[in-house]
Amino acid sequence: MSTPATAIEVRGLEKSYREVHVLRGVDFAVARGSIFALLGSNGAGKTTVVKILSTLLSADAGSAGVNGFDVAAQAAEVRESISLTGQFAAVDEVLSGRENLVLVAKLRHLKDPGTIADDLLQRFALTEAGSRKAATYSGGMRRRLDIAMSLIGRPPVIFLDEPTTGLDPEARLEVWRAVRELAGQGTTVLLTTQYLDEAEHLADRIAVLHEGRIIADGTLADLRQLLPPARIEYVEKQPTLEDVFLAITGTAGTAADQRTRKDS
Amino acid sequence: MSTHFVGDTAALTGRSLRHITRSMDTIVTTAIMPVAIMLLFVYVLGGAIDTGSTSYVNYLLPGVLLITIASGVAYTAYRLFLDLQSGIFERFQSMPIARSSMLWAHVLTSLAANLVSLAIVIGVALLLGFRSSAGLGAWLGVAGMLVLFTLALTWMAVIAGLSAKTVDGASAFSYPLIFLPFVSSAFAPTDSMPGPVRWFAENQPVTSIVDTIRNLLAQQPVSSDIWTALAWTLGLLVLAYAAATITYRRRTA
Repeated sequence: MSTPATAIEVRGLEKSYREVHVLRGVDFAVARGSIFALLGSNGAGKTTVVKILSTLLSADAGSAGVNGFDVAAQAAEVRESISLTGQFAAVDEVLSGRENLVLVAKLRHLKDPGTIADDLLQRFALTEAGSRKAATYSGGMRRRLDIAMSLIGRPPVIFLDEPTTGLDPEARLEVWRAVRELAGQGTTVLLTTQYLDEAEHLADRIAVLHEGRIIADGTLADLRQLLPPARIEYVEKQPTLEDVFLAITGTAGTAADQRTRKDS
Repeated sequence: MSTHFVGDTAALTGRSLRHITRSMDTIVTTAIMPVAIMLLFVYVLGGAIDTGSTSYVNYLLPGVLLITIASGVAYTAYRLFLDLQSGIFERFQSMPIARSSMLWAHVLTSLAANLVSLAIVIGVALLLGFRSSAGLGAWLGVAGMLVLFTLALTWMAVIAGLSAKTVDGASAFSYPLIFLPFVSSAFAPTDSMPGPVRWFAENQPVTSIVDTIRNLLAQQPVSSDIWTALAWTLGLLVLAYAAATITYRRRTA
């Protein structure tokens, strides 16, 4: 198997649901090992793109390749290469966190699912909750479990569909940290989001999906150049509500640090 | 992909069996309604029904067993619907597993749960005075008939679960199935019914299945009923399986 430099390649993708033309020719490419953010408002078609790329839906026209495999013709190989974390944390509520992980490890046909599960529980700070039913987890814990389930079998490409929607600020930062870690290990991450700052903080490259087409695609710097050059203004820097919230709830530093690091 | 079919089905069946063992109430509620019907007919209405030399409990048990199955499979539709709603189905579908194993896991779980419910109902029937002198062979015949009937109805439940828009819709399909034994030879001999009703009762699948099970348990010859019963159950099974598979494929188009 060759390992092309582009992990995801989408060309002229079209999809309609009855009369609604959701995708009207979407093109983009994602470099291996990078974080790519698909930005768009609700109903822009982000989830449809993810579903086509993860072989859950077939496109009406155009082509899409993941890890060098065509999603239509080589669906089985694509599924071997990917992992999907859907919009709603898809964990089994009746099973415990550990049982959820063991199940996915078994379905990925890995040896020693128990050890894999224990390692991931530890990595995502879920060891203590591991034997509890997932139904008792908080939103952040469920998301962590959800992402942990996606990492099993180390798929080279991971899709995260609105990974932080509905999470509190701390849980959001945890998810961001996990995503950065993944990319650091060479995993290609395609994430969809409607939060501009999420794309700004996380992504190496950002594409804006609007009315079924990609209307902008580039690095943050590229996108900034679409506007007239920056003017220098002096503004008093007030802490954001998020800074305040994190400071008084005891997780101070993390958000501000990350912001400064990105800005510098 | 089919190389993983057995392993994947086993893993997923283990998952859905846990759903059942962790909410045993679903099995108990499945058994409650048929037990109540049995009590009602044996102690209230049954005295007025002439079943000849057969005791009434012995007469009605086969029909009650079919009602148990019809109400039990509704949970399969319900669970399948919840899996589709929660997104866990999509997670499994985006993984390199044999896709049909997701349906088979629900079907096998339905079979296990229904066998437990059936055992509970037969246990209550024994307390009410049900007796059978049937040997192992006849009991195996009864078990085989019930398993086939469960599979046929479960695959219908799969169609309902896959195509339902609401939770209520997912289980509503079972109401006519639960009702069907009432217009059959299950509770009263068909000779007592007026013309068109009698014609319907004698030609619908439940009557031949009930008569076959009843004769097997009473150690009577099963006559041609068994072939009619097998034709119905196998026919329904094949049709429901085919329709479920098509519905399933369409969902991913």
